[in-house]
Amino acid sequence: MAFNTLVGSRIRRREDPRLITGRATYVDDVKVVGMLYAAFVRSPYGHAKVLRVTLDDAKNLPGVVAAYSGADAIAHGWAPSLPVAHKIADLKTPPHVPLASAEVRFVGEVVAVVVAVDPYVARDAADLVEVEYDELPVVVDVEKAMAPGAPLVHSELGTNVAFTMPFTAGDPDAAFAAAEVVVKERIVNQRLAPVPMEPRGMVAQWDPGAGQLTLHSSTQIPHLLRTQLSVMLGLPETKLRVIAPEVGGGFGAKLNVYAEEAIVSWVSMQLGRPVKYVETRSECFQAMTHGRDQVDYLELAATRDGTITGMRLRILGNLGAYHQLLTPVVPVLTLLMATGCYRIPNVQAEVVGVFTNTMSTDAYRGAGRPEATFFVERMLDLLAAELKLDPAEVRRRNFIAPESFPATTAMGLTYDSGDYAATMDKALELAGYADWRARQAELRKAGRYLGIGLSTYVEVCGMGPSAAMPAAGWDSATIRVEPTGSVTVLTGVSPHGQGEETTFAQLVGDELGVPIDQVNVVHGDTDRVQYGVGTFGSRGTAVGGAALKLAIETIQAKAIQIAAHQWEANPADVEYKQGKITVKGDPGKTMTTAEAGWLAFTGDKLPPGFEPGLDATRRFEPPNFVFPFGTHVCVVEVEAATGRVEVLKYVAVDDCGRILNPMIVEGQIHGGIAQGLAQVLYEEVVYDDDGQLLTGTLMDYAIPHADQVPHYELAGTVTPTNVNPLGVKGVGEAGTIGSTPAVANAVLDALAPFGVKHLDMPLKPEKLWRAMRAARNGAGR
Amino acid sequence: MASIEIEVNGTRRRAEVEGRVLLVHFLRDVLGLTGTHVGCDTSSCGACTVLLDGKSVKSCTMFAVQADGRKVTTIEGLGTDAALHPMQEAFWAEHGLQCGYCTTGMIVSAVDLLQRNPNPSDEEIRAGLEGNLCRCTGYQNIVAAVRAAAAAQAANDPRKSVADMLVVGNN
Repeated sequence: MAFNTLVGSRIRRREDPRLITGRATYVDDVKVVGMLYAAFVRSPYGHAKVLRVTLDDAKNLPGVVAAYSGADAIAHGWAPSLPVAHKIADLKTPPHVPLASAEVRFVGEVVAVVVAVDPYVARDAADLVEVEYDELPVVVDVEKAMAPGAPLVHSELGTNVAFTMPFTAGDPDAAFAAAEVVVKERIVNQRLAPVPMEPRGMVAQWDPGAGQLTLHSSTQIPHLLRTQLSVMLGLPETKLRVIAPEVGGGFGAKLNVYAEEAIVSWVSMQLGRPVKYVETRSECFQAMTHGRDQVDYLELAATRDGTITGMRLRILGNLGAYHQLLTPVVPVLTLLMATGCYRIPNVQAEVVGVFTNTMSTDAYRGAGRPEATFFVERMLDLLAAELKLDPAEVRRRNFIAPESFPATTAMGLTYDSGDYAATMDKALELAGYADWRARQAELRKAGRYLGIGLSTYVEVCGMGPSAAMPAAGWDSATIRVEPTGSVTVLTGVSPHGQGEETTFAQLVGDELGVPIDQVNVVHGDTDRVQYGVGTFGSRGTAVGGAALKLAIETIQAKAIQIAAHQWEANPADVEYKQGKITVKGDPGKTMTTAEAGWLAFTGDKLPPGFEPGLDATRRFEPPNFVFPFGTHVCVVEVEAATGRVEVLKYVAVDDCGRILNPMIVEGQIHGGIAQGLAQVLYEEVVYDDDGQLLTGTLMDYAIPHADQVPHYELAGTVTPTNVNPLGVKGVGEAGTIGSTPAVANAVLDALAPFGVKHLDMPLKPEKLWRAMRAARNGAGR
Repeated sequence: MASIEIEVNGTRRRAEVEGRVLLVHFLRDVLGLTGTHVGCDTSSCGACTVLLDGKSVKSCTMFAVQADGRKVTTIEGLGTDAALHPMQEAFWAEHGLQCGYCTTGMIVSAVDLLQRNPNPSDEEIRAGLEGNLCRCTGYQNIVAAVRAAAAAQAANDPRKSVADMLVVGNN
């Protein structure tokens, strides 16, 4: 369709002018008359009794307005628990108060807050708060926390295990009994820090006259945050307004309800004054949710021709000290995607969620699916090595076939659509796979170590059907055709870099025939936008965009009625064609959406009984998740003398269904790859055995610089889905999910001549050098 | 308190500041120039990059008093809606930003990079920007943007306005 020039085009982002000129308003840019500044006092211990908090010196510092300990909050009758959303049977949910009073369970837990007229003074005052602690035994490692006699994070529970979830499909025992080959591995998915470039920030503003609290917060979920805070603060939801202004990245870590958000709100209500808090990066490392941190035990049963017949797995998820919003859900998501894009009929599994004296883990780009894809893709390579087959060939023999979609897996999910071999063939061809294999063999003779890694992934996103979500999974959109014909879109999703101000305007522009600069997409303000669930789980377009499509359809139906009435035509004979209303078979008779909007506003020429105004609010309840997929190929060389890894080539072929704006989709994949690759080569959150965070700043936690990532070559296939009316799948997390196994498989493939089968990430030079040296020494070379 | 005078984006600004106030906080909180961002507390991320006497510095890593008598250019001083700086235009055209938080510092650093090396290779661009962290883009489109800005500057292309750039089809 020649008309559809906006959808599918590389339209420049409408949000960019304010961002490139420095005039966007992030939370830290919000200034309110009379604003005070909060600073937090945090536990320096991984686990301790809080014996006494002395605030006197802090309160006496000039400029300090107030200070509160956990005991003070209790004295004021305020000790709510932070929420956790889940549908896990028998989940242990120990209380998680915003201000700890009796015991602290991780480094960074809040024990006091001070409020002053100036942020420097607030920090000075926080340093004057004296806290007496009595240290308790600490456990940070998930397996140590499960061992008998381990220190208890929550002694009242009598165990560190928060839940155990068994799962069986088919007849795994028979599959393993009949197996011609079995491969086993223990695979660690290390803890990561999300590190959005904007740390968390919030400004709470209590209006005593209106009895209303306005909270600006750097969040991905303004409405969910409003709902949860209204419970915690005892305010009707109608008296709470949450605004997510410009948000500087989230990656899942701003999909939460944080202690600091609750405390700053409560303090503002206590004092009747606005209170701002913006965390330092060091605080962010301590108290923003972490991601991953699983130990996974895997076994594959297979025949000698490489057909996988069964899988056994045990997922041990390190939850941290408390549940945050989705903490226990993440390892369960890993279970759901454990079989990847392969036919594996017989599965025996167990998921165990375990408390430790660390910051909570929660959603981080991929949230559970990167862990699954990582272990299943590692296991496929181990099986290939065991059978001396090409890793691509083993994958091909086990793919769910394109003709079997929709395909229900052993895990109970129904994959919507896919053609896994198609992306693999394309990626192998683009990468020059056969040539690299030949070159690898040649270079090995010369003592140089090339590695070629493959990842054929499928992921679950477009979160999601409400029945399968911890809470609501739908989203919403409102379209208002204003009297002069410009169009306001209110979306319930809350983009923070994903570009929906542009893609949604493209969609409306095409379908309602409105110039794109006449479409204004509004989001992130609970007083302006109808309830929406937010941006996470690669759902913005797949769910929020689908709701917008429904609203477009309602607007079109109304506009058709208006036009038909003017023309004295039967509405059934009137249609939208190329963005204009027209009579079927009479292309000369047209009306624009703007003209229909004007008639709907003036009101005197409407069909009998037609309610004035041209607007619509629709909600989309997804009937299923969507399942994007693809193949990533990575080629590396590992320097034998140093263990240094150089990425020589990176090819990604992704299929996210229909594409609204290829430029934005590519950007999502680029960034996703960088984060997945960084897990393999650089990043790791480390706590020592005392619970001290050793990677607490950007000096110690290595997110990649521009010269530490390769050039990515992208291509795609397009397999639409019928799960939503747009035919789109999500793309926010796919790059991260697909890249980690490709890079790790490449590095470990390079080390194959040394007899190295598996090493845990991050695959830093020292670790690789030691592994190569040990192999040389062991072999007497 | 110290009395300082700094020329910021072409305008002389006088103020009394505490000796410990960082330049970035002076720019943001005293002058209201909030385009310069703070992303860390270890001089690692570069979100706060500004030009001091024409050269890039991390404004979180010096005190406002150290800028006394000197010239500071922030993102707000690089271009206007009517005439974007070529680097701003290139970041937009090449989709070199997503959340935008690192972008202002990244643009300022890239401007400084091209002053030192008007025709950098991709490797030189990557090395030249290693003081600025981005978590969204994976850097590929940032590299493309700097390359495009270098070409525009070499060709002496006229500055474009935001309105021009918004016209669909001008891509």
